Amino acid sequence: MKKNDIPQDDSALADISREICYAQNESGEYETGLSKGWEVKKAALDLAWEDVHDRIALAKKQVLNGEKSPVYFYMELKLMDVQILAGYTGFYKWTIKRHFKPSVFAKLPVVKLEVYAKIFDITVDELKNVQ
Amino acid sequence: MSKYNHIQSAHCENGVTTGLLQHHGVNFMTEPLAFGIGSGLFYIHIPFLKINNGPAIAFRTMPGAIFSRTCKSLGIKIKRVKFKDSATAQKFLDEKIQNNTPVGCQVGVFHLTYFPKEYRFHFNAHNLIVFDKKEDEYVVSDPVMENITQISSYDLDRARFAKGPLAPKGHIYFPEGNIDVSKEILKKAIIKGINRNVRDMLYIPGNIAGVKGIKFTSKKIRSWKDKLGVKTASLYLGQIVRMQEEIGTGGGGFRFIYAAFLQQAAEILEDKRLLEASNLMSKSGDLWRMSAMKMASIFKGRNQDQKAFDVIADLYLEIYKTEKAAFTLLKKLKLS
Repeated sequence: MKKNDIPQDDSALADISREICYAQNESGEYETGLSKGWEVKKAALDLAWEDVHDRIALAKKQVLNGEKSPVYFYMELKLMDVQILAGYTGFYKWTIKRHFKPSVFAKLPVVKLEVYAKIFDITVDELKNVQ
Repeated sequence: MSKYNHIQSAHCENGVTTGLLQHHGVNFMTEPLAFGIGSGLFYIHIPFLKINNGPAIAFRTMPGAIFSRTCKSLGIKIKRVKFKDSATAQKFLDEKIQNNTPVGCQVGVFHLTYFPKEYRFHFNAHNLIVFDKKEDEYVVSDPVMENITQISSYDLDRARFAKGPLAPKGHIYFPEGNIDVSKEILKKAIIKGINRNVRDMLYIPGNIAGVKGIKFTSKKIRSWKDKLGVKTASLYLGQIVRMQEEIGTGGGGFRFIYAAFLQQAAEILEDKRLLEASNLMSKSGDLWRMSAMKMASIFKGRNQDQKAFDVIADLYLEIYKTEKAAFTLLKKLKLS
């Protein structure tokens, strides 16, 4: 990449920081330059977020239809997966997967609900009532 | 006098390495040198493993290796500490700050409040330097940021004890002992770094890592449209672009940083032959960037024919050949 070709497109980072790129000056020597963003990678990041939003919307629908428990919805909302959630809760992955079942979730003791609520940064009430 | 001079870098671990070593008087240290001596360049595509529901591809060596290898090659001792509970972790950090010792910390990005929300995924191998505390706020030099920044002790604690894969467990690290790096040691370290990278890129067994891994991905990309459908294939391509170009890579999947390293190595070792390898790595970086643009036109929906996938797969084959040529050249130099 030539120094003049360092892209200066809009990005989510633009107002906060520019990032360092390595590029060649006119005599071919590498120097660092700052980039505000690159349209290509912005498109990739936008795509990732579109996917996240789709997954959250689907999870919500599944909870409202009684197919999944709120634990599943909040896991998606907080960009987690079962492995990450297992790390935070200290529960086994298979335990968490059981908690995804509305029938199992309905019988969870308050202490376990509190563990989830704390990690999702919500109250137990909010955890029980996905709207 | 400032307690620590913030140095911005493309990649966080290079940046922490460069910053801490410069702080300890190793003034010649630069990001490309840290990356090259630590044999940072790599390629691997792990089949059957998914990251964020997409392919598991890496353009660099495993987290932590660059700092360890670079310090070891330069004869610098490192102290690393992990913690079970956050109170002890914070006490240890506060003591270091009081002694005016800037320290590297491994953190999870999700809890870094100074990053824009769009970047805050659960990624636990980010690195930053903490060097001061003002009331309840830690002063942080995050190498990928233009300026120093601050974070509350509550948020830093959450970042240091983020959970999930690569959980940092409060990991703190810093160089210690007597640090004195001569030109001779530096030359030896550069040569060791290059030779280790030759080994990793050319001779790693199997077909998913090193230059052969690039060929492996080429084959996969060719089949993605039929196998996964356009929607999932697009998500996969988007993920590759992010791994390759996102903040921290210096562009072109670290290839430009490596090309810069080879230029600096040519000067220090007084060996112009390294410049030819540098040119090949520049070419490779440009090809990676081009493949990213072609991928973007697929996931933006401009062109989703099988032919568009084939074009990318062909570019990967060209990258494979270019990088194979670069590392074969480096091997033939028989640096020692």
